Amino acid sequence: MIVRVAGEGQFRLPDRDVERLNELDNRAVSAAEQGDETGFRELWSQMLELVAIDGEVLDGEELLESDVILPPRDISFGEAQGEFTGEGLIPD
Amino acid sequence: MAGLGGRMSTVFKAKISKLLDRAEDPSETLDYGYQKQVELLQNVKKGIADVVTSKKRLQMQSSKLEQQVVKLDTQARQAVSQGREDLARAAIERKTVAQTELQSLDVQIQELENQQEQLTLNEKKLRTKIETFRTKKEVIKAQYSAAEAQVKISEAANGVGEEMADLGLAIQRAEDKTEQMRARAGAVEELEEAGTFDDLTQLGAGQDDIDRELAQLGAGAQVDDELSKMKAELGTGGGESPQLGGGGKEGV
Repeated sequence: MIVRVAGEGQFRLPDRDVERLNELDNRAVSAAEQGDETGFRELWSQMLELVAIDGEVLDGEELLESDVILPPRDISFGEAQGEFTGEGLIPD
Repeated sequence: MAGLGGRMSTVFKAKISKLLDRAEDPSETLDYGYQKQVELLQNVKKGIADVVTSKKRLQMQSSKLEQQVVKLDTQARQAVSQGREDLARAAIERKTVAQTELQSLDVQIQELENQQEQLTLNEKKLRTKIETFRTKKEVIKAQYSAAEAQVKISEAANGVGEEMADLGLAIQRAEDKTEQMRARAGAVEELEEAGTFDDLTQLGAGQDDIDRELAQLGAGAQVDDELSKMKAELGTGGGESPQLGGGGKEGV
């Protein structure tokens, strides 16, 4: 799966991580919906960490569209509440 | 990704995919697509240049605030030596506000500096992608049938379009942030200007809106501390201090 972190570039994430990312995404949605900022921040940094650790950076030689676009790292909680809704960043 | 994807597509992505639908001949689409990408790259460059300009303005505001802090400190000392505790308190209150703003401004300028680096880096990456597109389009022209080419073109152009959209969004964010910071720093500057500190004698404690506003900022304890420190340094009620000459302008 190709994942983009807004403002930071694209990563190729192994298939085994897709489920994990989706799970974190869903939990982040419910934290955002409940107004639980601390919980959201924790899950959000876990999502970014997963991409950073397992993801392989794509260079400029590949012209690919992303399957998932994660919002900017420094997203405010207010913005996050607008993004993390319904099925989350990754539709189920 | 409905929210973000939707917003991004309104920026650059839409422009690129729209033009792809227009031309019937793939090779024409390719050349036009490439030309358009190069054009949009200029916008990106201009956007980054704007961020740099805004940052410079912010740095200027920061040094102006620094001067204000020094000025207010001097005024507070003058007020103490004249035995005008009320004025000294007001000046210190304002100084505290300016100092707090200055600190956060400096942190944010540093952040902006990092963002600017990232933007420049991403612009370079985008240029590489556009270059890749240029090479690829020649291959597509030479090797594929019209129908196949159309698919390949879409893929490649969307890849470039997404990169552009992302960079456009990052530039927009950096600009928005800078504007917010400038507005805040500007408000603090206005506080000082509106306070008519050029004429210390005109202001009594708590007699204007600004003072009430400042009091609400909860700088109280810190002001008390600083005031007593100043008094100790200068010696309260010392008759040796220079007169403010009614206005106090020349003392600043």
